[in-house]
Amino acid sequence: MSLFALSDIRFAYAARPAVLDGVSLRLDAGERLALVGDNGAGKSTLLSLMVGLLKPSGGTVEAFGRARVTEADFAEIRPRAGLVFQDPDDQLFCPTVAEDVAFGPLNTGASRAEARRIVSDTLNGLGLAGFEDRVTHHLSGGEKRLVSLAAVLAMQPEALLLDEPTNALDAKARARLIEVLSGLPQAMVIVSHDPEVREALATRAVLLESGRVADEYPL
Amino acid sequence: MPTTRPGQPAIRSFADGPDTGPRRLDPRARVLAAVAFAVAVVALNGLPALVASVGVAFGLAVWARLPLRETAKRVAAMDGFILLTLVMLPFTTPPAAGTEPLFTLWGLPASREGLEHAVRIALKANAVILALLALVGTMRETVLGHALGRLGVPAKLVTLFLMTVRYIEVLHAEYGRLRWAMKARGFRPRTDLHTLKSLGHLVGMLLVRSLERSERVLAAMKCRGYTGRLPLLDTLRAGPADWAFGTAAAIACVLLVAADRLA
Repeated sequence: MSLFALSDIRFAYAARPAVLDGVSLRLDAGERLALVGDNGAGKSTLLSLMVGLLKPSGGTVEAFGRARVTEADFAEIRPRAGLVFQDPDDQLFCPTVAEDVAFGPLNTGASRAEARRIVSDTLNGLGLAGFEDRVTHHLSGGEKRLVSLAAVLAMQPEALLLDEPTNALDAKARARLIEVLSGLPQAMVIVSHDPEVREALATRAVLLESGRVADEYPL
Repeated sequence: MPTTRPGQPAIRSFADGPDTGPRRLDPRARVLAAVAFAVAVVALNGLPALVASVGVAFGLAVWARLPLRETAKRVAAMDGFILLTLVMLPFTTPPAAGTEPLFTLWGLPASREGLEHAVRIALKANAVILALLALVGTMRETVLGHALGRLGVPAKLVTLFLMTVRYIEVLHAEYGRLRWAMKARGFRPRTDLHTLKSLGHLVGMLLVRSLERSERVLAAMKCRGYTGRLPLLDTLRAGPADWAFGTAAAIACVLLVAADRLA
């Protein structure tokens, strides 16, 4: 089954040349797709388009079995799509870890008791047991990254869209993150400059260049 | 503008002090007590009751084991704000009919009523600020947000407060990094156009970055199903000690006001 199918996506930021000029991309269940490309090639833009944070000027986005056009369409799929932002400080906005991880489940209708259970299960699963009451802005870079992943996993997404997941991590934190990610069942799109990440995680890679996706890229 | 090292916290509360006194009490009881005390103190008129209220506030500060230097600095900062008013009051308040001015300075008469008024304001302000530092200043900002939310403060205000607490650190760190980068290229603030321009750029860049960050934060929130309501997860529970403290605070406030009215 294909989770995402983008066809002929076009997009330009105001008063700038087109970033994406006819991009087509599929993500199938069980796949871990690495998205490679230079700075400014439009990788993050593409992830934003997949969950409807940006709207394409042309082309169609199909997600979880049907075409998605309106804000309501996308609001429904965002918890299922699991976008993890490049900068954890953009994502971790709650005072405490527990609240941040509970934010998604509470939004999607979990009760407080359920949310608490989901929080402790998710944190345990990532080796973050006991982090519940930590203050998010006092966490280290590696911890922030894992907590922002936990916050997304708490919604039990069917896919993960990872934007530079190992960005600004030291070797130890990076190894830990790769280990965590390789143990997850979700299909993934991984935007990464890091060849080691692609090698360790990706099942397939594509290159985004001059607004288009070139065919298979060697892993 | 103070130069701050990146990594230094933007908000420094007294929450990290010894885990005794008010720090062990339910934050809601402390917020309510502080508000009740402030209202009572503002309602006082006589100097004896005002002096007593400063005494109570001082007692609270000692109970909370506030660090002397840091506390004095903060109280002094507040006093700085009202200093001008206090100095002006004796000269701007007309003396009661038929009384002599207390003294004259450069031909300006100072009234006894004005001086008393100034002393009253100074006592009230210091009593309230000390009690606030002891009761509310000793809790973590986020805990204060939770307490306010549970006390029925409108959700929008609580959200605003918690978001401010969260991102003031990020902005502060960003400001610190920019200032360091400026320093690294030899920038030293002087009284000239170059300094003003550079600081203008710094503030402008901070505003642009904050705006962009707020857009990314909202996008990230939307990705997790945000619909405009921030759910709070807290573990506040009031025990017998909290009720005892609340009752004692209420009685103290009533006693202060009653003694003042009867005097």
